[in-house]
Parts: sequence; structure tokens; C-alpha cells
Amino acid sequence: MNAPAQFDDGLGVETSTFTVDGLRCAGCIAKLESGLPQISGVVSARVNFTSKRVRIDHAATLADEDLLSAIDRLGFKAQLFVGDSDAAAKRESRRLMTALAVAGFAAMNVMLLSVSIWSGADGATRTLFHWLSAAIALPAIAYAGRPFFTSAWSALRYGRTNMDVPISIGVTLTAAMSLYETMIGGAHAYFDGAVMLLFFLLAGRFLDSAMRARAADGVAALMRRVPGDALVRLRGGATQRRLVAELAPGMLMLVAAGERIGADGVVEEGHSNVDCSLVTGESAAVAVSIGDRVLAGTINLNGPLTIRVTAAGEATMVADIARLMESATQGKGRYVRIADRASRLYAPAVHSLAVLSLVGWLIAGAGLHQALTVAVAVLIITCPCALGLAVPIAQVVAAGALMRAGILLKDGSALERLAAADTVLLDKTGTVTLGRVEPLAGIPTDPFERGVLLSLSRASRHPLSVAIAGLLERQGALPVPIADCVEQPGLGVSARLGDRVVRLGRPDWAGAPDTDDHETIAAFRIDRGALHLVTFGDAMRPDAAAAIARLQRQGFTPRLLSGDSARVVDTISDALGIAGGARMTPADKYRVIDEIAADGRKVLMVGDGLNDGPAMKRAFVAMAPASGTDVSQLAADLVFFGDRLMPVPIAIAAARRTMRVVRQNFALAIGYNLLAVPLAIAGQVTPLIAALAMSGSSLLVVANALRLRGAAK
Amino acid sequence: MTGLVVLIPIALALGLAGLGAFFWAARSGQFEDLDGAALRILIEEDEPLP
Repeated sequence: MNAPAQFDDGLGVETSTFTVDGLRCAGCIAKLESGLPQISGVVSARVNFTSKRVRIDHAATLADEDLLSAIDRLGFKAQLFVGDSDAAAKRESRRLMTALAVAGFAAMNVMLLSVSIWSGADGATRTLFHWLSAAIALPAIAYAGRPFFTSAWSALRYGRTNMDVPISIGVTLTAAMSLYETMIGGAHAYFDGAVMLLFFLLAGRFLDSAMRARAADGVAALMRRVPGDALVRLRGGATQRRLVAELAPGMLMLVAAGERIGADGVVEEGHSNVDCSLVTGESAAVAVSIGDRVLAGTINLNGPLTIRVTAAGEATMVADIARLMESATQGKGRYVRIADRASRLYAPAVHSLAVLSLVGWLIAGAGLHQALTVAVAVLIITCPCALGLAVPIAQVVAAGALMRAGILLKDGSALERLAAADTVLLDKTGTVTLGRVEPLAGIPTDPFERGVLLSLSRASRHPLSVAIAGLLERQGALPVPIADCVEQPGLGVSARLGDRVVRLGRPDWAGAPDTDDHETIAAFRIDRGALHLVTFGDAMRPDAAAAIARLQRQGFTPRLLSGDSARVVDTISDALGIAGGARMTPADKYRVIDEIAADGRKVLMVGDGLNDGPAMKRAFVAMAPASGTDVSQLAADLVFFGDRLMPVPIAIAAARRTMRVVRQNFALAIGYNLLAVPLAIAGQVTPLIAALAMSGSSLLVVANALRLRGAAK
Repeated sequence: MTGLVVLIPIALALGLAGLGAFFWAARSGQFEDLDGAALRILIEEDEPLP
């Protein structure tokens, strides 16, 4: 149990929330939740695994830095979490979920009563059951219908109409008519239909909103990367943790190894390497020392740095780029989703049909009561219940399939836009290639030599060594035991193998003729044995050729857009058999997409770097690898994981299949209306028929969408 | 008919109880961390036997 929530100093309890990196398993949860309360002053700690956060109740005397270092001692990197923990989309989901629960409860109970009426209950029993239904249905409609009523009302106020207008009118009129029927002891009350309609529609809305909430979570995960606070050294030497927003030029900021830098600045003390991949997309670390400029959002890798802030918050380079991206005209902002387009046509049609049947029956000499009953039946039969489910259910099922294949949807309309794309542009570095150093040639083929090389390369953290070890491990090499590993900085690593000496490192040091290039060539030699010169470079993604071929089969002519030199681009584009543009600045890329879009074509841009950001924003739809910069992932509508390029054609194929199913669903929903509407206009629809038709068509639409479960192939 | 007077209130009360339980669960945050709930079952927290 928790310790008592009161401390001797009487200051009471505060709650702080931190985002934690490296939460992977149940063990991590247990470690944090049992480890933190052992620190004096901490009352309790609760991990939320889904959002990767830990909430700590602690004494007010315990500062956030103390908690951060406590989490650090437990082996996790954490950052103070500030801001709204509850995204708007999530709140919306919760509201819809409770409405759905109420509608579900009411639908079940009203249906129970309706079944007995359909089975022949009449007279006093029927009237009693109608009254009971009304008592359940009317409050339920008032509560569960609110999302539709408010949306319809705000649309009507601005003289527009949307899908919610026919729904609201239909439900309200049906409820009112049924109440009147109940009062006069009539035979037909449609309470079951009205409540069931709300239930099905809310189910569609909830799915849609749950998907958007998940996408918002993904974006929040990316934004987390920029730290929320920084350690500032005050005059007189004391240090204090401040929010990034409170930093100002001239302040001295202390950045420990492993921390993200909170503002742009100049190094005052210390030497270190900085990982700039957030900003440049370049994975190789940059060495910095006194007088060098560093940028917000980059990671300080090995040594502590003292940095004098030159620009903070909105003035930083990262914020600049974010603004540039926002101002990029968005093809997506103007996109009207297919469900909205459908409802624009649908709503007026339904209304005129209902009014026409009312007028028609009046002219034909029917009484007002009978004519109104028919009009209400038309409204409830045409209410877009299957239509409301048609799009969200297909997208949710497809998004689940894609997620299992390592493709994350960030935007609800991404699938619709991806299916419509007709031009594919690819960035080179990091997109078609892996964007990291890989051994290209020179790895020995002899299993024994490979084993020695693996053991040797594991002994060093040098990037080239790490790359060799990674490749050999993936290829299944088995390490050979070696002894006395010694790493000589700048030269290489050596070890003893029996009485022989093995070396991996700079060519001249390992006994080969020297080359100027120490960045991309390393030598490996066992004693006086054969010399292996390993060359390194940015390797292509292993399935790049197959993925491009599949894109071509899908009818695209992919093109490369790269900032690299023509020589490098030509090698890649020749190998893949596609056209490529070299030496392109971010503005060039943006302009190319602008020109293609001006021809009325819809561009899919795949990129990973900061320099691709504006182009990706401009494109009709964009994809980014998860290894790319945060900026590219923010600009992208879809993010894919892993070393393969195949997710691009897979996502396109899945999007096209999804839209095919959506169109089939529309056809099913409208087809059912075409069958049922004449019956309704003829005044032949009883509540039983309405209920059967409604649930039948909804089930059909859901079943059709479930076929998409295997769509990500 | 007389049975109904007893049965219908019972059915409604049971349904309402379920609805109430759902609202309570949603409000007390039981749907906040669905992934974590799946993992917490694996945490070893038994005290050693005396």
C-alpha cells in the first residue's frame, strides 16, 4: 500500500509526469513502480505503458531534477512532460464511447420489448410496452444523439447541411411520431429503429475517432523528442531546471551526455559529439568543441557541455523549419473526405424524397397523420446507417492490417489520398538507401575469418566497427574466441588469436598501403595472412529493386529527387532503372512537386530528411521511414518501420483495396436503399422491416470490410 | 402478464447495472493504459512465503 499522503513538513503532495524512453516490458514497469517509492519523499509511481509516461506523486520538497536523476539511476532516460495530457481526439473518443454505451443499452432493451410486439402482443400489453420503450428510448436519444444534434445545428446555423442533418431530423421526427402513436394507442412505434440507428451511427463515428486519436498519439510521440526542460546555471553557480519556454538568449545551459539540447547556442565549455539526425538526417555524429554552434533538438552524445543560449523557443532553427512546413500550401488541407462528399449529395436527396412523399400522399387524399407516418418511414429507411459505417470500418480494418505490417497511418484520410496518387517521387539518402554506413565490399568469405572479424569488431564502438558487427550478426557468423583486445583510438582494434595478432583498423596501421580515406575504408588482417580491405558506403535498402519493380507494375514511373552529386545519384538510378534528379535543394524539390501538381497530378513523396519536409508537405500524400528525421515523420501521412522499401508499394496496394471496399460498401448501402425506399414511399414499411433492413445492411457492410484484414500484402 | 411486472424491472435493472459499471470503469481510468494492463499480469510481486 502507499505511504500516507502527508509529510512532516506539511507541504503536501505534488504530482509530476515524465515521459520515459526505453519502456519495453513488464519488468520495466515493475522496476519503476517499485524502485521510485523507495526514494524518500516519493509516495507512489504509476506507469502508463501506452503513452510511455510515469506519473509520480511526491512531496513538494522533492524537485523535478531529483526525480529525473532517480529515474536515471533506475536505468531509464526521462524528460519532464508538460502540456495537455489529453488530446482533443481522445476526449472526443471517450464522449462517443459513453454515448455508444447508452445507445447500445437502450437498443437492446427496446428491441426486447419490440420483439414481443412483433410476435403479436396487442391491446393493453402493446400500449404498455410502447410506453416502456418510450421511457427507455427518449432519454437515451437525448443523451446519445447529442453528437449529431450539435453538429447538425452548427451546420444549419451557417446555412450548410451535412450528414448529421438528415440523421437529426430523422431521429427527432421518428421519436416524436412514435410518441404520438403511443399516446393514441396506435400499432406502430419506431423507437427501436431510432435507437438502433443511433447505435450503428455512433459505432461508425467511434471507430473513426479512435483511429484519429491513435494517429494523434503517434504525432505526440514524435513531438516528445524535443525536451520540455533544460538545466540552467544561474549567476553564482547554482543550477536550476527550467522549462524550455523560459530559456532566453545569454543563459548558460548545462547538457549532460545523452540529453537532448533544448535551445540553439554556442559551446562555452566541453567537447563532445552531437547527433544532428533530427535536423540534418545525417546519422554520423558531429564533433563539437568550444565556440561551435549547436542546434535545439540535437542529442549530446558523450561529454557534458555548457552552452550559451543564442536562440530559444520560437526563434530556434527547428521552430523555423516547423513554421516553413506549416506555411507550405497543403494539398491535404483542401482534401474533402469521401464520406463528406457522399453526404453532400445524399442529404438533399433524402430530404426532398421525404417531403415529396408527404406531399404526394396528401395530394392522393391521405390524412395528415398517415402522410406523416409515411414520410417518417422514408426518413428512417434512408437514414445513412450503413453509409455512416461504410468508410470508417473499412479504414479501421485496413489500418490494423497495415500496422501489423509495420506501416503506421498518421492521418485518417491518408488511405483515400494514397489510393488516388498517380506519381511517385523518392528521396535517395535514407529512403531508397538505408542512410547509414554499411560495409559494401571486402568482408571475408571464410567462416573462420568471419568469426574472428566478428569478435574483433564487437570489441569497438567505432561506427565502422559497429557496422561490420551488425552485418556479420545478421548473416549468422559465429564469433571465434580471441584474447587481449586493445583499442587504439584513431588507429583500430587488435587482439591475440593463439600466438597470432589480428587487427582491424586504419589500412596503414593494419599493414596495407595507406589511403587518404579513413572514413570509408578499413583493413582486417590475421597476422601475416590475407589482407581484407573493407569499403563502406550508404547501402541500398535490400529490397529496393523489387519494391521499385512493384511500383512500376502498379502503373507508376518512380523518380529520384536527391541533393547528392550526379555521380552518386546516377549509380543508384541506373541500378534501379529509374530517372533521377541530382543536386536539388529543398526549394527545388518543392518546385518539382508544385509543377507536377499544376498538371493536375497527385504526387506521393517518400522522404526522410529535413530537406524533404517542405516537399512532403506540398505533396498530395507523403510517406517517411521511421528511421527518418522527426520533421519528415511529422510531414508524412504514413510512417513505415524496418529496413525494407517494400512497405511503399504494400501501402499503395492496401489503400487501393480499401477504397475498392469502401466503394462496394457504398454500393451495398445505396442498393439496399433503392430496394427499401419504394416500399417506404408506398407506406408498406413496418417497424419490423425497418429494423431488419437496417441491421442487415450494417452487418453486410462490416462483413465486407473485414475482408481487408489481409490487405497489407 | 403478472410475471412481466416483476421480470421487466429486473431486466432493466440488470442492464442499468451493466451500464453503470461501464461508466464507472471509464471514469476511473481503466481504459487509459490497455497495453500496460496486458503486461502487468507478468509482474512478479508475490511476497516470499513466511
